[in-house]
Amino acid sequence: MSTIGKRSTGGAVIPVRKRSFFRTLGSQWQLMLMSVPIFLYVLLFNYGPMWGWITAFQDYKPKLGLFNSPWVGWKNFEWLFGREDFLNSIRNTLAMSVINLVFGTVSSILLAILLNEVRVRAFKRTVQTVTYLPHFLSMVIVVGMAQNIFASNGAINQMILSLGMAKEPVFFLGEGKYFWWLVGVINVWKEVGWNTIIYISAMTSIDPSLYEAASIDGAGRFQRILHVTLPGIKSTFVILLIMNIGHLMEAGFEIQYLLGSSVVMDWSQTIDVFVLQYGISKQQYGVATAAGLFKSVVAIVLLVAANSIAKKLDEATLI
Amino acid sequence: MTAIPVKKRKTHRHDVVFPVVNTILLILLMFITLYPVLNTVAYSFNDGTDALRGGIGLTPRVFSTKSYAAILEDQAVYQAAWISASKTVLITLLNLFWTGMLAYTLSRREYVLRKLITTVLVLTMYINAGLIPNYLLITRTLGLGKSYWVYIIPTMFSCFNMIVIRTYIAGLPDALVESARIDGAGDIRVYWQIIFPLCMPVMATVALFVAVGSWNSWFDTYLYCGGQKQLHSLQYLLKMKLATTQASANAAKTSVDAIKSTTQTTPITIRCAITVVSTVPILVVYPFLQKYFVTGMALGAVKG
Repeated sequence: MSTIGKRSTGGAVIPVRKRSFFRTLGSQWQLMLMSVPIFLYVLLFNYGPMWGWITAFQDYKPKLGLFNSPWVGWKNFEWLFGREDFLNSIRNTLAMSVINLVFGTVSSILLAILLNEVRVRAFKRTVQTVTYLPHFLSMVIVVGMAQNIFASNGAINQMILSLGMAKEPVFFLGEGKYFWWLVGVINVWKEVGWNTIIYISAMTSIDPSLYEAASIDGAGRFQRILHVTLPGIKSTFVILLIMNIGHLMEAGFEIQYLLGSSVVMDWSQTIDVFVLQYGISKQQYGVATAAGLFKSVVAIVLLVAANSIAKKLDEATLI
Repeated sequence: MTAIPVKKRKTHRHDVVFPVVNTILLILLMFITLYPVLNTVAYSFNDGTDALRGGIGLTPRVFSTKSYAAILEDQAVYQAAWISASKTVLITLLNLFWTGMLAYTLSRREYVLRKLITTVLVLTMYINAGLIPNYLLITRTLGLGKSYWVYIIPTMFSCFNMIVIRTYIAGLPDALVESARIDGAGDIRVYWQIIFPLCMPVMATVALFVAVGSWNSWFDTYLYCGGQKQLHSLQYLLKMKLATTQASANAAKTSVDAIKSTTQTTPITIRCAITVVSTVPILVVYPFLQKYFVTGMALGAVKG
């Protein structure tokens, strides 16, 4: 079937080509029936709202709607970039996103290497099952646990006090300077096990004879990790890194919203939380959409950049 | 028998040290992973007033099942559990239905719309319209706010899951489809009678992803149904308790006695009890699906 399609589209005469395209399409009505409804659904729910981006250039009034609200040009953006809390939220988004990326990548590669060296299968499987667990917990639950653990009389402070590392309990949740790192640590706790899955699967596809050859050449365990395991997961690492560059504006939203409080807001508010605060709580749709649009545009630029990097490096492209 | 001593002679010194250190590190990691979970369980079984003092470790200080008794009497918890469970089941079934079919069509190389649909779908993984435009679409244009369907309709499809299934289908032998075609079966029959039954492992994986996502979501309730008590989900209930424990933790600094006199079970133990109850379903399911979702993740993430 595919060869017929190819042959006819390869023909030079345009009318023939057109007719055969629609004829093929007609013969594929069952495939269309199975895919076009959900395609339209995605157009409506994922692309449809993009019309709403024009509210970024309006003083949107719910009563007047999208078509009658007054236009204000770039005023919403000017207003945003004159606000310290918006600039803070850009900084916080990027900072937490980079911290998450670095902490997340390093910790999951380290754990994957440690797991890969375990020879007792039952033990390996147990560690994996246990470390996958937090991935399945909701952020509400995780933040609740974090509040218990990091409280002034929680486990971490008890440990710090009993080890004599500090005389007074540290207010992890009440001081802005800890917030980014707290988010980084909680995210590692939640996802480190889960993130090893992909690296471990890359490690299992490394040819075992490479390890044997390295051993025969006199390589110890650390040299084998350094010269066989790490090069073996390099392409996975690069693909994930590039994908994460496309997601650099996504620092998360739930954890900052749930864990943050008015005390640490200068350090906890991300762009998404900003949008929620102004858009939903204060009903300032115009500026909130503008903030969201700014984020989306930066995300698109990052995606295109990441995709072209991927092409240059000859890795699989993202789109 | 003789091979073993030879091997032993070959081993380096750190070939003995490393496994020991490694094992200790991994046991420590398991402890760190489980500690907050067990800590929550300990809180949930502790007396409410006593828990205000904090500092509970792995075991309850003053054992009490009052928190569980309290939530089992709470009508709101039952209602929320029903909402959470029913939306989870519905969303999971709908996702499997649509995503599986779509994944099949996009694995057919001869399908002329394949490229177009794939590109349009993959882009949604990176670009979205943002919170406010989505909110306006769902509440104003579609009028779904404040209704049960706001849980179901906007979340019927995920591109990542489609890629996971598509990659799995692409790994099945092409001859399956070809021979069925020769026998005169159309694509709909080929999918439902041949491909779908073979996809059970990957369907289990995707079902787990979707079900966990739905079970764990609270933001949709917050955004669209915050005022509708009968539509609150379990996670939203927990989210509200989280806010009240924050408030009562501040109050605890000033007037523990005032709280002591008024209430036996304070929100923190209640919150932990609901946490335990709402987590048990996931804990029961995921270890059994482990070997499926591990391959599923590996398929989706790299080839995505």
